[in-house]
Amino acid sequence: MGAGHAHVLYREASSPVHRLAPEVKIAAMVLFTVAVVATPREALWAFAGYAVLVAVVAVLARVGLRWLLLRSMIELPFVLFAFALPFLGAGERVSVAGLSLSVDGLYGGWNIVAKGTLGVLASLLLAATTTTRDLILGLDRLRCPEIVTQIATFMLRYLDVLVGEARRMRVARVSRGDDPRFLWQLRGFAAGVGALFLRAFERGERVYLAMLSRGYSGRMPAVWQGAGAATAGQWLAAATVPLVAVCIAATAVVLT
Amino acid sequence: MHISNGIINGPVAGIFAALALAALTVCVLRGRRDLDDRLAPMAGLVAAFIFAVQMLNFPIFTAGVSGHLLGGALAALLVGPWVGALCVAVVLVVQALVFGDGGVAMLGLNVTNMALLGTAVAYLLIAGLLRVLPRTPAGLGVTAFVSALLSVVVAAQGFVLQYWLGGTTDLGGNITGLAATMAGAHLLIGIGEGLITATTVVTVAKVRPDLVYALRALKPATPAPVPAVGGVR
Repeated sequence: MGAGHAHVLYREASSPVHRLAPEVKIAAMVLFTVAVVATPREALWAFAGYAVLVAVVAVLARVGLRWLLLRSMIELPFVLFAFALPFLGAGERVSVAGLSLSVDGLYGGWNIVAKGTLGVLASLLLAATTTTRDLILGLDRLRCPEIVTQIATFMLRYLDVLVGEARRMRVARVSRGDDPRFLWQLRGFAAGVGALFLRAFERGERVYLAMLSRGYSGRMPAVWQGAGAATAGQWLAAATVPLVAVCIAATAVVLT
Repeated sequence: MHISNGIINGPVAGIFAALALAALTVCVLRGRRDLDDRLAPMAGLVAAFIFAVQMLNFPIFTAGVSGHLLGGALAALLVGPWVGALCVAVVLVVQALVFGDGGVAMLGLNVTNMALLGTAVAYLLIAGLLRVLPRTPAGLGVTAFVSALLSVVVAAQGFVLQYWLGGTTDLGGNITGLAATMAGAHLLIGIGEGLITATTVVTVAKVRPDLVYALRALKPATPAPVPAVGGVR
């Protein structure tokens, strides 16, 4: 639990992207994604442009292609839907290799794959270069209400508590003669889910009281607030990516 | 039920983002009053719990969304509608920013369905059912089960509405088919969600009834019982 509170996706490294202040990265990522989504789907070249941008940032952040591809598997349900669309879609049809496919469906499928993938890659790059603490600090500096950052802080902290308690309860079950395999573990787990919740809560409450007695007031420590906030130079440097993306999107809208 | 980038068009996503932002602002203002020393760690744990159960998801092939537990009813029961909606919203924001689960540009849609619609429907049902049903663990369990089940189904229909308004691919007037697919899949999810919500809440209510927001807010008549172990709180 005490191990640094960095999440599983964080890639420890020292790169220009890692060194950027978190609020800058969050803002850039959100703007980039909005630009991608606003691009008309027929402008195929625009998506190539976005892919180049993502690749440049990935190289700068020293994030490997293999890692990115493995982690973007989360998108799989949507990709499957995208492949179903050419068959489900309505309207004009074309024949490709003996299959009758809907033109609208083909574009729709492409739209989901391209925009979804670019969005996931942008998130992964943010996650790979930003620790949990910095992420919440960034949201705080972007004027996110205190109650929201507070819930987010506790959520990320208690995830470890929850996982730890679940592991302890499993060990306890197994040591009392339960021999769960594969899916049958679920039954034992489901029966104990209420107990898990209570145990995690009582542990979490102690964590909270310990924080309170050490001067926690619902806000991030003041030292964090000031130190490492983004400079104008950082904002400018990070703005290049969304700005280029917005230019590509604007051109694509004008051309189509 | 996360919507990925590109499934719903930009303008509709924008409108729902504005709607979600306005509603969340109300939640922040009302939630501040609720959040005390007892609720703060509970809100964090509820969010962590929802985050964990949402990790288990499977694709619904013909709808373009993933199916998983939502947790709106659990949040509404344990931390109330305002903080509860914020908890689910925080889960969705972190998932979108860090894991790329649900597009960032689609956050408004996802927050509207799962955080706002799910929690609101659940809390209205809870408020109604708790008044009618007997004040026993069974009554609470039934309340939790029914509200969780229906909130999941209604939240799923929120996606159908959004797809009807701004789906990027015309399914050829197949919107009723989509509605049926979503309702069917989410009825099954809702049963699972109902069982988990009911077990969790009933267990918590038996040991620490003071932790269940719905019981505090909606049943002020019963005097707070003193827990046998752990001293007076």
